[in-house]
Amino acid sequence: MKNIITIFKRELGSYFATPVAYVFIVIFLIMSGAMSFYLGNLYERGQADLSPFFQYHPWLYLFLVPAIAMRLWAEERKSGTIELLMTLPISVGQSVIGKFLAAWVFIGIALILTFPIWITINYLGDPDNGVILAAYLGSFLMAGGFLAIGSCISAMTKNQVIAFIITVVICFLFLLAGSPLVLNFFKALIPQNIVDAISSLSFLTHYASLAKGVIDIRDVIYFVSLIGFWLYANTIIVEMKKAD
Amino acid sequence: MIKIKNLSKKFGHLTAVEDVSFDVQPGEVLGFLGPNGAGKSTTMKMITGFLAPTTGSIEVCGFDVSEKPIEAKKRIGYLPEGAPSYGEMTPVQYLEFIAQVRQLTGQNKIDRNKEVIQRLHLDKVLNQTIDTLSKGFKRRVGLAQAILHDPDVLVLDEPTDGLDPNQKFEVRELIKSIAPNKVIIISTHILSEVDAICSRAIIIADGKVLVDDTPEGLRNKSSSDKMDDIFREITSGHIS
Repeated sequence: MKNIITIFKRELGSYFATPVAYVFIVIFLIMSGAMSFYLGNLYERGQADLSPFFQYHPWLYLFLVPAIAMRLWAEERKSGTIELLMTLPISVGQSVIGKFLAAWVFIGIALILTFPIWITINYLGDPDNGVILAAYLGSFLMAGGFLAIGSCISAMTKNQVIAFIITVVICFLFLLAGSPLVLNFFKALIPQNIVDAISSLSFLTHYASLAKGVIDIRDVIYFVSLIGFWLYANTIIVEMKKAD
Repeated sequence: MIKIKNLSKKFGHLTAVEDVSFDVQPGEVLGFLGPNGAGKSTTMKMITGFLAPTTGSIEVCGFDVSEKPIEAKKRIGYLPEGAPSYGEMTPVQYLEFIAQVRQLTGQNKIDRNKEVIQRLHLDKVLNQTIDTLSKGFKRRVGLAQAILHDPDVLVLDEPTDGLDPNQKFEVRELIKSIAPNKVIIISTHILSEVDAICSRAIIIADGKVLVDDTPEGLRNKSSSDKMDDIFREITSGHIS
């Protein structure tokens, strides 16, 4: 546990030691604001809720989370610091978790900094703040899912650009797993029950109810087990590829 | 101490290290010599637990590196080739991170920090990011990291590479001063270094140990008195 905290602190500190953190946060805030107001018509709808804000988060994360995740392991491998990290008395699992948590908390900080939109909506009307809090939690969980995928892919390559692109593609597939675009493609190839299984992996389906403020334990379990699975794969890949 | 038995490492078809066995006792400074690509770094990476051996075993202070990696790693200080470190950190932050990982606390942590900073003359660059430091300072930050927890076993992969003559001298003095009661393995191309600090030299080429002797013993093997000539003769197969 101590080791996880040590790694976590070092990683989180390194975001703020470079422009990465500030660029990310500024872009995230601008984009999330722009999407809520221009695409989601937050004002024009005349409703005191934040669903126009939350409904675009999956699309925002699709590009921004891989940008954070791509450096997690690829940079360590490129700069050779992975040799240092792996010869310190820390297990691979502890490093994977520490790094993941740092990146996740960092995204959490960016998410918290969207609070002016929450103040705005409270000023304009009388929204259900319980629903908003639940939606924030749901959004944070989904970000964790994207991030775990990205962290795992980042461990496969030394090249951050490749890590970014592959992560975006895989996240895109997970996002749209429940949509006709993906399902029709698979329908011709594989039996219906597997197609159903694929559709049940969709980020959008699981996020949809969370974004409405409904915390269904099945959705939470889905995201938590997704994170667990990808981080486990991440650990194995780091072990395998660390010295390549 | 270190016990290495029948150590081999294969990368696909390539055999990087073949059937290497040796022991190193406390107080010994072992110089690892050999041409580029001879298997020096690969052997060191296996001792420090970064690479898993294909066959054979390594024991560090009584702990098998494959079976009890964390226990073994706790007792090792390692400077990887090229001295990689986190460039966005300052030496102060970096040493603090290493101290936490090494579980140094309280007065001991303060004392050890002070000592390595003083010994490696890092005081002037403590608050500069490592990225902005010269090669010599980067190397010294890497060394500071390796000796911070006062390890029983020190593995240094080309510790003086990229240093100027004065810095080389200082690093050699440092190694000499911590050598008693410790196991130190250094790899180098520089033969005068072996003469200066090592009590024992292993010459390795194509993954095999060719010679395991004292620097004096090496000299006696050759007609020439120069270490460079001895090295060339041995690695090109003129002496067996």
